[in-house]
Amino acid sequence: MALELIGVEKRVGAQTHIAPTTLTLEKGTMNVLLGPTLAGKTSLMRLMAGLDVPTEGRILWHGADVTGMRVQDRQVAMVYQQFINYPSISVYDNIASPLRLQRKSRAEIDRAVRETAEMMKLTPMLARKPLELSGGQQQRCALARALVKGAGLVLLDEPLANLDYKLREELRAEIPKIFEASGAIFVYATTEPEEALLLGGNTATLWEGRVTQFGPTPQVYRQPRDAITARVFSDPPMNFLPVTKAGPRLMFGEGQTAPATGSLAGIADGRYLAGFRANHVEIAPRPGAVLEFDCRLAVTEITGSETFVHLHHGTDRWVGLVHGVHQIEPDTRMPVWLDPAFVYVFGENGALVAPAPYAVAA
Amino acid sequence: MEKTVNHKAWFLVLPVLVLVAFSAVIPLMTVVNYSVQDTFGNNVFFWAGLEWFQQVLASPRIHDALMRQILFSAIILAIEVPLGIFVALNMPKRGFWASLCLVLMALPLLIPWNVVGTIWQIFGRVDIGLLGHTLAKLGISYNYTANAFDAWVTVIVMDVWHWTSLVALLAYAGLQSIPDAYYQAAKIDQASRWKVFRYIELPKMQGVLLIAILLRFMDSFMIYTEPFVVTGGGPGNATTFLSIDLVKMAIGQFDLGPAAAFSIMYFLVILLISWVFYTVMTNLDKREGI
Amino acid sequence: MARITLSNLAHSYLPHPKGPEDFALKQMDHVWEDGGAYALLGSSGCGKTTLLNIISGLLRPSQGRVLFGDRDVTDAPTAERNIAQVFQFPVVYDTMSVRDNLAFPLRNRRMDAAYIRARVEAIGRMIGMEAVLDRKARGLTADAKQKISLGRGMVREDVNAILFDEPLTVIDPHMKWELRTQLKTLHRELSHTMIYVTHDQTEALTFADKVVVMYDGRVVQMGTPQELFETPAHTFVGYFIGSPGMNLLDARIEGNVAHVEGCAVPLGAGYGPVGGRAQIGIRPEFARLTSAEGLPVRLRRVEDVGRHKIVRAEFFGREINIIAEEGAGIGPDMTRVAFRPDKINVYSDDWRVAPAGRLGEAA
Repeated sequence: MALELIGVEKRVGAQTHIAPTTLTLEKGTMNVLLGPTLAGKTSLMRLMAGLDVPTEGRILWHGADVTGMRVQDRQVAMVYQQFINYPSISVYDNIASPLRLQRKSRAEIDRAVRETAEMMKLTPMLARKPLELSGGQQQRCALARALVKGAGLVLLDEPLANLDYKLREELRAEIPKIFEASGAIFVYATTEPEEALLLGGNTATLWEGRVTQFGPTPQVYRQPRDAITARVFSDPPMNFLPVTKAGPRLMFGEGQTAPATGSLAGIADGRYLAGFRANHVEIAPRPGAVLEFDCRLAVTEITGSETFVHLHHGTDRWVGLVHGVHQIEPDTRMPVWLDPAFVYVFGENGALVAPAPYAVAA
Repeated sequence: MEKTVNHKAWFLVLPVLVLVAFSAVIPLMTVVNYSVQDTFGNNVFFWAGLEWFQQVLASPRIHDALMRQILFSAIILAIEVPLGIFVALNMPKRGFWASLCLVLMALPLLIPWNVVGTIWQIFGRVDIGLLGHTLAKLGISYNYTANAFDAWVTVIVMDVWHWTSLVALLAYAGLQSIPDAYYQAAKIDQASRWKVFRYIELPKMQGVLLIAILLRFMDSFMIYTEPFVVTGGGPGNATTFLSIDLVKMAIGQFDLGPAAAFSIMYFLVILLISWVFYTVMTNLDKREGI
Repeated sequence: MARITLSNLAHSYLPHPKGPEDFALKQMDHVWEDGGAYALLGSSGCGKTTLLNIISGLLRPSQGRVLFGDRDVTDAPTAERNIAQVFQFPVVYDTMSVRDNLAFPLRNRRMDAAYIRARVEAIGRMIGMEAVLDRKARGLTADAKQKISLGRGMVREDVNAILFDEPLTVIDPHMKWELRTQLKTLHRELSHTMIYVTHDQTEALTFADKVVVMYDGRVVQMGTPQELFETPAHTFVGYFIGSPGMNLLDARIEGNVAHVEGCAVPLGAGYGPVGGRAQIGIRPEFARLTSAEGLPVRLRRVEDVGRHKIVRAEFFGREINIIAEEGAGIGPDMTRVAFRPDKINVYSDDWRVAPAGRLGEAA
């Protein structure tokens, strides 16, 4: 019982929108499509929904081939970034509309609508029109309409992207709950790594129409297969610098050395690319953070409880993410520290050579 | 974004295709048929080739009508477009007065062509018409049935009265789509009234003005009913525009062949000029985009 | 350039407001210093746009005065206030070149041509558009158009203030940080008084020296990003700033101890009697799970967001969020939550109560 994509490819003219992709989404799983804008998340979802027909490959639903089947004949529900509701009818009728199309009995519809509304916290607004609701409530209404159908496949295309961040925070915490209650296959597209991590389940990272890795979300996050996956699954993007392995030691950039321990001990001598995430950059010394880099601070950004520090290290641009509020004058020279346990080593072709020691230990 | 491919949709277009075939294509083919044949009655037709076209092209009568027609359309556009914009700029933006203005502006557009003609025909009469009589009382010699200039003035004023509203309403719609922020920014930039018009209002109205000009051109170039009712094409041939001439030729003289050839060329001329208008205006748009 | 004084200011959209609930902007007195970078932060409907419109002259306040420097401008129209404004959506003159767009406010004021040329070049460089100065504005991307709007806002050197009304709404997310940091740099270079309206905390905190948090028509706090984070003056600030927001628990305050559902929580300072509804507020960053001390809780969920873990715990029906380090192990015996005493704030009817004295000084 699953949705299977077998060698699915989508070309339009000479352009490849989706490179050949094979994925199996098991029944009752949450699957996140993570990638930047135009990476192919929406294209892939449209293929899954049956809104587009793949150029090559087959799509199986519970083992049966549904490749050319129309979206109307499949059990699919979809929620978009825009809040799409029927503006002229009440929230109740909006939620009831897919059931009326299925010709359910009046009593059955009423029960399903009230149950779903209760779960989406819409009960007090059932009599109102969608446009009289706040943005968050409008999107709840669209979600409720998608859920009430009892579709086996629920596709959510960046459903929270148009909400203020506090509303996003609130609704984001609820999506795992409604997913657990529904038992359907959920596919959730997002550009934000943090959202993928919060939702858990499995994550497929997308880059230029290609699925670069698919697996349990924490695993993809901590053991990315290549530099592109690591970049896609880091916000802000992963920082890089050259590293040389010589015997038992690693030499980072110009002169910072550390013993190669843990997962880094076994790699062959040679030149590599070291990658580390923003949150592992330290702006104060700390045990274990033995690598010290001389940087120039370009600018700081404050999110409220955390601060982004944008750094220039030689010609490299790095970003650090530190707890608390730090206002530092731009153009300040400042050292930053890094624990080699947080360093991923990539080959020159971008493939992962060794995961960060901490990720293996976890 | 790519749409779902479904060939069944073509069936839905079928009724429209049938309708268009009966209402446009078949009558047009009849006209084409007439234009290349000659008849002496009894439904016997002879192949005439391009003879009628040559005859029509060489006819001084039609040349004159064409010149009159071009002059008329040019005057109409030169008056109605600036006047329409001026009216739109001075209409209230919102509230009761805006609604009232819109209703008043729409009124002339709701009156049938021949009624407009009749109204003005009576309005301008020297003996009983309010306008004609008043002018006569003021000592201004005015008689549209005898004086060619007066006839032209009457027809033009009538058309301006009838159709300026359309331009004004379209321009008004264009103005309404300009967000308040633009006006506020202009105030902050201390832009003069003229600059606000030149750099904010005019560029934002460009799209609807293109439509207004096209509509007014096509309509004025095909004008028939109103001058026919008011002046009957006279005095002499002073207000005999192309379609009046065409009707005279086809119904009055029953010269079906030349009339058909004339019709086809008339249609092609309108198509050509509209295309030129459209291309020039859209290219203007593109060039500015570079 | 000028100091902006809001004196006894209030506004209602109704002609005859009866109670305080009829006021979109409740009475306030504020002085915004010359050359400062201020952000008005709040969710939609909090009154921040109303306040901006009063400052720009689009709206006349129902009561109170607005002063630019020593001049009363309450009744002065926008054009006389000598301000610049950047709107939510790009306002550019489509048919003009980028250069003419930037020069427009200067030409209208009949500035010297040589000065205009030099100034436009300088602004073009600042907004990173020197390469496209001679292109028509029409056909540029929304990002580029908004940069032109920003440039036009900054081209005049003599303005009293530059107002920004959610200027990054149309900007692509990955371009936002670039523009908001660019704005910060521009403020440093130009030293104009700048007022920036937004609902985005990162934009506000990054841009401004002083953030003015608005809630329900009131300014609930005006402070530095640090103050908003560490000592929120109102529970709304605690909730709105930071993700997740501050934890709030009903408590009874006695000197330097808070009693929460029968458990004693030590405070970092002593307090006098606290009236009204007393609460303690603690940020998730300053709470930690332990096995020995603190309030007994039930763990509901642990969310691994990569850089850290968010622990969702429950204490007598109230949710308590805790931020734990990325590598922190969370054992089954960790059923208590402890707070850093010096990071606890005390609230009375949603407003922060200043401590009577540091620990030890309390009576």
